[in-house]
Amino acid sequence: MAQVRVTVDGVQYVDEVEPRMLLVYYLRERLGKTGTVVGCDTSNCGACTVALNGRSVKSCAVLAVQVDGGEVTTIEGLARDGQLHPVQKAFTECHALQCGFCTPGMIMQAVDLLGDNPDPDEREVREGIEGNLCRCTGYQNIVRAVQSAAQAMKPGVPAETPATAAGVTP
Amino acid sequence: MIPAPFDYVRPGSVDEAVRALSEAGEDAKILAGGQSLIPVLRLRLAAPSTLIDLGGIPELRRIRDDGDRVAIGAMAPHHEVMRDDLVNEHVALLAQATATVADNQVRHRGTLGGALAHADPAGDLGGVALALEAEFVITGPGGQRTVSADDFFVDYFTTALGEDEILTEVRFPKRASRNPARVPARPGSSDMSSRHTGWGSHYEKFNRTAQSWSMVAIAAAVRTEGGTIAEARVGLSNMGATPLRARGVEEALVGRPVTAEAVRAAAERVTEGTAAPSDADAASDYREHLARVLTGRAVLAAVG
Repeated sequence: MAQVRVTVDGVQYVDEVEPRMLLVYYLRERLGKTGTVVGCDTSNCGACTVALNGRSVKSCAVLAVQVDGGEVTTIEGLARDGQLHPVQKAFTECHALQCGFCTPGMIMQAVDLLGDNPDPDEREVREGIEGNLCRCTGYQNIVRAVQSAAQAMKPGVPAETPATAAGVTP
Repeated sequence: MIPAPFDYVRPGSVDEAVRALSEAGEDAKILAGGQSLIPVLRLRLAAPSTLIDLGGIPELRRIRDDGDRVAIGAMAPHHEVMRDDLVNEHVALLAQATATVADNQVRHRGTLGGALAHADPAGDLGGVALALEAEFVITGPGGQRTVSADDFFVDYFTTALGEDEILTEVRFPKRASRNPARVPARPGSSDMSSRHTGWGSHYEKFNRTAQSWSMVAIAAAVRTEGGTIAEARVGLSNMGATPLRARGVEEALVGRPVTAEAVRAAAERVTEGTAAPSDADAASDYREHLARVLTGRAVLAAVG
């Protein structure tokens, strides 16, 4: 067993883990953060994407022991004071999901992309989410949602009254 | 799936890592960014006794100016390599190819050294290292040694690294400083002779879907003098058990004018010495066809 000390969604945890434990299973099974899902066994789908020390990673391709001393943000840590993150809101408003399985990873990668490029064009959005597979939507509304979120996140744009109340799952 | 159990060591220096590797014995494995190794462990295609994680050694992430070369620490992640100013200025081919590796999330974790030491013949960076004549710095119990790119890739997933050695740095000659994406002013024009002196480079990759491996990829670095090709280096991905140099093409290009016709004629020699695999993505004869077409494109883009 190895000790891991990690901050997840703003809360610090110290745990003993087997070195072989993948980060995604640590998040889901140890911390109960089942918002991050396992979609494939090949690191292709991106459904398990989380932010590790500020950059998006596929949590099925990282060992829990590797994040010792680090900081992880999952889809469950994006909302602030009961308000959904602008990307979460945009996914709701633009109907950027059907079955919803890819959504946690898609949103986490979109947040990463917008951190790098606050105003991406369509091609840049598509390239930015190339590591995330969606088998329902055909991506059209996902791309729209990311661009809509980019507009909403521009400095000076007032946060609108949320259409979605806190606690309602998109 | 869940990997088989292993011990985990996270050394804080290269010396400690070398010691840990020697002590752990022959079933130990180095963990770099883990973007190939962890999926392999998860599928239980490998079951090492010990993983030695190089993630706790900050000096291995450094990218530095080394005179006429740019020296890149083996643990520099792809997304840092592709955005680094030194790399973009002096080793544009590496920046261009690195930006095509897998996807954003994988580029955040995956490393230059990890990708090269893994030595997947379909990988993007082996052909680039060959075309740029990179030098591999290897550290073991006896100290450091350097190996040329030509000698580094030995066989399928096999390199010159000994069981007790670690790839610690890769040095790239400052070459191909020009932006690679230039195209002829008039599409289809073969007269580009007035515009070329110096090194140019281009990476041309063919794959079916986003984030999939190359069916074939060509890394070209070409030096021209007044419209004539003076030197050429062409690296191939997925045309054999290792990344390969297309020496026939290189020879055929030297002394030729920078014209589409001359370049395409030279590209015909790209399959010499290759053993293109047949698999679910492509049959070997299709790969050979791709290699000829992509070599022409890569060289023309490099000089254009």
